[in-house]
Amino acid sequence: MELFIVSGLILTIPILLASMGDLYAEKSGVLNLGIEATMLMGAYFSYHFAYFLDSAAKGIFVALGIGVLIALINGLFLVTLKVDQVVYGVGINMLAAGLTSTLFRKSFAIGSGYEKCPLLPKIQIEALNGIPYIGSIFNNQNILFYLAIIMVVVTIIVLKKTKAGLVIRAVGDNPHAADSLGVSVVKVRYLCILVSTLFGVLGGSALTVGDLRFFQDGMTAGRGYIALATIIFGRFSPLGVLMGALLFGMADALQLKMQVLGSQIPYQLYIMMPYVVTLVALFIVGSSIAPKYQGKPFYRDRD
Amino acid sequence: MKILEKFKLKGLASLVFPILSILLGLFGAGIVIALMGVNPILAYKEMLSGSLGSFYGLSTTLLRFTPLAFAGLAVTLAFRAGVFNIGVEGQLYMGALFATWVGTSFAFLPAIIHMPLALLVGGLAGGFWGFIPGYFKVKYNLNVILVSIFLNFVAINLLGAAVSSVLKAPGQGITWSAKILDSAELPYFPGTTLHVGILLIFILGFLLHYIMKNTTIGYEIDAVGLNEDASQYGGINGKKVIMLAMFFSGFIASFSGSVEILGIQHRLTENFLIDYGYNAIPVALLGGLHPIGTLISAFLYGAIINGSSSMQITMGVPVSIVKIIMALAILGSIGMNGVRKIVSNR
Repeated sequence: MELFIVSGLILTIPILLASMGDLYAEKSGVLNLGIEATMLMGAYFSYHFAYFLDSAAKGIFVALGIGVLIALINGLFLVTLKVDQVVYGVGINMLAAGLTSTLFRKSFAIGSGYEKCPLLPKIQIEALNGIPYIGSIFNNQNILFYLAIIMVVVTIIVLKKTKAGLVIRAVGDNPHAADSLGVSVVKVRYLCILVSTLFGVLGGSALTVGDLRFFQDGMTAGRGYIALATIIFGRFSPLGVLMGALLFGMADALQLKMQVLGSQIPYQLYIMMPYVVTLVALFIVGSSIAPKYQGKPFYRDRD
Repeated sequence: MKILEKFKLKGLASLVFPILSILLGLFGAGIVIALMGVNPILAYKEMLSGSLGSFYGLSTTLLRFTPLAFAGLAVTLAFRAGVFNIGVEGQLYMGALFATWVGTSFAFLPAIIHMPLALLVGGLAGGFWGFIPGYFKVKYNLNVILVSIFLNFVAINLLGAAVSSVLKAPGQGITWSAKILDSAELPYFPGTTLHVGILLIFILGFLLHYIMKNTTIGYEIDAVGLNEDASQYGGINGKKVIMLAMFFSGFIASFSGSVEILGIQHRLTENFLIDYGYNAIPVALLGGLHPIGTLISAFLYGAIINGSSSMQITMGVPVSIVKIIMALAILGSIGMNGVRKIVSNR
């Protein structure tokens, strides 16, 4: 049972990092469909640089640097150029798929198996050792695991208790009022996109240097979209998002376990389980209250 | 969805726009190719001669064009009603799955019934798969994009499961379906590798063009696409229009998969067409959301996909460069639109 929970948590972390970061962008009124692209690029670049620099940490840092660049491009299109956010999302997701696949083929000789990159070290916390369950679940994880947990706590505090949270919500719900009070809608949205993109990159890193040590075309397999779904499912609240990410991670762990157990049932039916669970969850929770201006560019002189 | 107006083009503009955007994409991807140490001009020359330079190349391009054209028309129809049908990938998989089922069963049927029946049953399956997100949007206000994407993953795996169990060819080690019966196969044009399914594209394209231009439902679809609330005041049942548009979009999308199986591959395999449903979106957008423009951009895209294989073989540029070309074409065109708006506001 503990083993199952641990593997579920490991599968939860990529989604949780991406969705918790993207919550900021969505709250500020940006529909960041490109979170799938961000995760894929984060997964690839951290793998690429971890492999060539022979250090998982260095790989993640370079990927984060590239993430800043991606965030600027996202901001340029979504905030400054005010393009259609869905069309942009489709475009950037396609670009990421093409770019990572092209670079991957050019940089790695793909022979018998995928080249393994270094793995993030597991962290031991002595104090947890004596505690049943908690010790075996929360010990022996990598830094991204703890970062995700810290991010949940920080996000709860920021969004519920601080002025920054109030400003972000105002920009998403009523940018005109925020603007008239002297808040820079553009700056807030750029910053929120930056948070979203950096954590999207980390979510991707958690897949490669945090867990699997290899890269594969399109390996995020819709996890960016799942991250978006957990935000809707979680009704735009950090705790709800955590629940959504856990639901997906556990469903994913369950399908893997059932695949390993083996039976007459085709394995594809197990693979599709997490997607079905997410769909059903979306359906049960129903439409949630999105920020009023989510997905709409802000025009100072309109509406 | 104000941007729709920017994409929706009429007349000559719908012919020029896809070409210009794709040139932009080729230019951007050319930089990537140059960074790999390959001369982009030589690479593109290879692409051109591989896709259009010979009778064989041209007919292969037409075979790539076929699924893209159906899928592109499907996206165009839904888009005109203001719905982003990102679920074409799943809809065409469902279409192929059910067309294969009909095509490998019912051996007693004559071709004149068997072939259309396979296309029709595939169409209903694709239509149903498109209807689900439309219905959930209208009744429960669920996000169409997310629901469609998850349904894509479900469809892909359902097809894989079917091919490795109920549809699996008996007595064979390979996971593929039995061969489509002769009576369900699409006939070839004599002396070519081209099948008659290609005719269906032009019939559908002109039918869609006619419907959008000359009928009440066409007008209603456009009205809902431009402004659902306003059309409601005009007495149009927007919810009904959206559900209908999504059903027919899925119906058309199914041909992308079923015609590929009944006309070319003749056996259903897992991953028989990867990403064509997603590629349909740039095809439709760059085609100006106009049926004829969509066919032109589907042809250009088909040529690029086909030519990229020769480019990979001779120049070592990975086929995935195609995605970069198309993505840059989309991003370039929406980006330029954004810049134009900013400049004209000054």
